[in-house]
Amino acid sequence: MPISLNPQMMRQIIMDHYEHPRNKRDPKDERYRKIRMDSVSCIDDIFVFMLYENGKVKDCCFDGVACTISTASTSIMTELVIGKTIEEAQFIIDQYLHMIHEEPYDASVLDEAIVFMNTAKQAARIKCATIGWNGLESLLEEEKEHHHDHK
Amino acid sequence: MYDVQKIRADFPMLKNHTMQGHPLVYLDNAATTFKPKAVIDAMVEYYSEYCANAHRGDYDLTHIVDTKFDEARETVARFINAERREVVFTSGTSMSLNMVAYGYGAKYIKKGDEILLTQAEHASNVLPWFKVAEMTGATIGYVPLDHEGRLTPESLEKVITNKTKVVSVAHVTNVLGFTVDVKALAKIAHAHGAIIVVDGAQSVPHIKTDVKDLDCDFLAFSGHKMCGPTGIGVLYGKYDLLVKTDPFMTGGGMNARFDMCGEVAYMQPPIKFEAGTQNIDGVLGLAAAIKYLEGIGMENIVAHEHELRRYAIERLKKLDNIIIYNENAEAGIITFNIKGVFGQDAATFLNSKGIAVRSGNHCAKILLTFLKTSNTLRASFYLYNTKEEVDAFVEACKKGGDFLDAYFA
Repeated sequence: MPISLNPQMMRQIIMDHYEHPRNKRDPKDERYRKIRMDSVSCIDDIFVFMLYENGKVKDCCFDGVACTISTASTSIMTELVIGKTIEEAQFIIDQYLHMIHEEPYDASVLDEAIVFMNTAKQAARIKCATIGWNGLESLLEEEKEHHHDHK
Repeated sequence: MYDVQKIRADFPMLKNHTMQGHPLVYLDNAATTFKPKAVIDAMVEYYSEYCANAHRGDYDLTHIVDTKFDEARETVARFINAERREVVFTSGTSMSLNMVAYGYGAKYIKKGDEILLTQAEHASNVLPWFKVAEMTGATIGYVPLDHEGRLTPESLEKVITNKTKVVSVAHVTNVLGFTVDVKALAKIAHAHGAIIVVDGAQSVPHIKTDVKDLDCDFLAFSGHKMCGPTGIGVLYGKYDLLVKTDPFMTGGGMNARFDMCGEVAYMQPPIKFEAGTQNIDGVLGLAAAIKYLEGIGMENIVAHEHELRRYAIERLKKLDNIIIYNENAEAGIITFNIKGVFGQDAATFLNSKGIAVRSGNHCAKILLTFLKTSNTLRASFYLYNTKEEVDAFVEACKKGGDFLDAYFA
């Protein structure tokens, strides 16, 4: 992601992921872990799905009703974590959450997700920008526990 | 002459507050309202001048509290034209409705009976009845709304049967702001042997409410939506019904005597329902709020809201990017969307302009199937809003399509 990314481009990226979300589907496949993320304070109601195979996130997708910020942020997230190990995916999530909460973060792993760097300007929307990410983090946690139990 | 600037001067929240660098325009009055200084002072006065418990003790301080507490109940009773013994203090509309559902509904409703609601009800007037239906084996029915979303006496007449034991509806619905004809509905309900429970959360703060004229059996409302404190509300019930209703909570202050064998005698209503130390500062704050509203005049307040709404609708209709869902509603509530913009994104954009509106489904989750949208925006007015605020709101709506400006501008 070039440093020269300007606000206009950032808007375009958000709108592109909102209007054409990537990996937005219900896989209807029992092998996927899934979690429902619905918010008490807003209308967002999405499912996040993850298929973990051979030590990697083989697939990650989401489905449901959500605002621009949650749709675009979750769409970008799915693209970032596919093909990653649990640790790599967790590292990306950590950097993203640091950025959202205005803490020091490693931008090199965030790619398009850095378009959400201004979310804290509208503090009421932090939960929208993180709803999918929190869901995936829970799924990764479940996956880790599953491996732990089977060791 | 209605002097809105003079009214605004009474509210600390309306003095030079900004949001995101713009003057604060608060249009979320259906959620909660700001408090005039008189209300804040009444609560501070209790804690600074005569802080003691009510209904107990033999010393002067507690006598002052008792007197003020009783006066407050009298004030509420006068405000809705009830008798003092028919006014129960609760934590708010939700608790009031739960008290009716569990204390009366669950006691008298039987298997095969019916509870009638509408699709426009707030969660507080739906979920307690779901629970009662589950406990008793009764069924839940919905009175159909007309094409606009209104509940009419005709549609109640069509669906009510002799199995209907309770009709529970909002006097003013919180999403669409339509006022229902409670008096006509009460007549129909009573003719079929049912009681009518009224959710007054959105009506009592705005329109003169006379429980005797409405002939409703129970009425629930909240203090915080009418310039009063949070955590205080009222359940009105016809006295004979309150006598028949079980207390939701038992404990100190509400019993006359009890012994080790489990023999208990409760106090008479309303004390029977007020277990434990009451929300005394809340009660005193609510009474101060009522006196404040009465000082301005409920008919003046409703006229002011109508005028603001008429003005806002007229201006919004000139914009081609606004969908209005309740153009003809009576209450000061405008439910709308900005075309092509998800409700919450639009609300964030308005926040970036200093304007507070609510987005979402407004706790009326089943209504959205009727409106055929997943969420809406709601702007709601009160006695202190101005035409200048409506102007700022309409100007911001014009630019709603640039909603990502909230993050990048």
